[in-house]
Amino acid sequence: MMKNFPFLILGIVFGVILAKGEVISWFRIQEMFRFDDFHMYGVIGSAVVLGVISLQIIKKLDLKDAYGQSLIPAPKPIAFKQYIFGGVIFGMGWAITGACPGPIYILVGYGYSSYVIVLLAALAGAFLYGILAKYLPH
Amino acid sequence: MNDFLMNPWPWYVVGPLITIVMVIFLYLGQVFGISSSLQHICSMAGAGKFSDYFRYDWKKKAPVLFFTVGLIVGGILTVKFLDGDHYVAIAEETKMALIDIGVRDFDHYAPIGIFGEDGFWSHLPLYIIGGLLIGFGTRYANGCTSGHAIMGLSNLQWPSLIAVVGFFIGGLIGTYFLLPWLI
Repeated sequence: MMKNFPFLILGIVFGVILAKGEVISWFRIQEMFRFDDFHMYGVIGSAVVLGVISLQIIKKLDLKDAYGQSLIPAPKPIAFKQYIFGGVIFGMGWAITGACPGPIYILVGYGYSSYVIVLLAALAGAFLYGILAKYLPH
Repeated sequence: MNDFLMNPWPWYVVGPLITIVMVIFLYLGQVFGISSSLQHICSMAGAGKFSDYFRYDWKKKAPVLFFTVGLIVGGILTVKFLDGDHYVAIAEETKMALIDIGVRDFDHYAPIGIFGEDGFWSHLPLYIIGGLLIGFGTRYANGCTSGHAIMGLSNLQWPSLIAVVGFFIGGLIGTYFLLPWLI
């Protein structure tokens, strides 16, 4: 429990950040996929640029996490099909609902019953993938 | 301070805050990513009976599950106390394009005619198709915006760049072909 409690707090903070940044707004996602405004690109772009710099510094200084392990995540498995096919499928859902998984949870907190349905359908989608994974090209 | 909390936050505040959350995640011994929670909830609900994909000790994945509970609480707090569902000042071009495909209201974070009570039953297919694509796609690609676009790109991972290119191809298909048909 003590190990997990910080993640509850971190979730609350992250929820407020994405909500106040309008990242969870369906309108902002429509605007992003139509390339009409810089807002979403600024959010993701600045997060990534700072993320690259942070991880490079962490690597140089060989910093450890709270448990004495390397702070740098293991490399993602090399593949092509699963990333491009999975990415395209997710992208379609993102554009329609205006939400990726994090914002879905936040919008459930907002009290939108529509996003409760989106969450349940996303769980069904994950279940379906688990069943079909062995037949799919990766 | 109060003004800052009540007004929308600009991108140059939100982006760096996202990076900080990602680094704290790493410091606490977890790779940053949210869509894995969908798999763990299925596992928790007993999906291990149907596929090896869900057969593992989901209790070991508790951190991301606590995080998602936090997201819901964060949503409740923002909408109740921090003016979190106001008019979003999107680009005029986007507004015109959305009016063209049948969006009628712009006063909240999402159009109420589509995502509110009045539009609920007529837009059920939109929610279900959208959710299925999100759950299936993020698990197939092994990550979503947080795991690939933020965490993976920050860690200079080629697979994440492929996934993000996929997100945008899918996003364009969704925007121009699926959405007009589902609204």
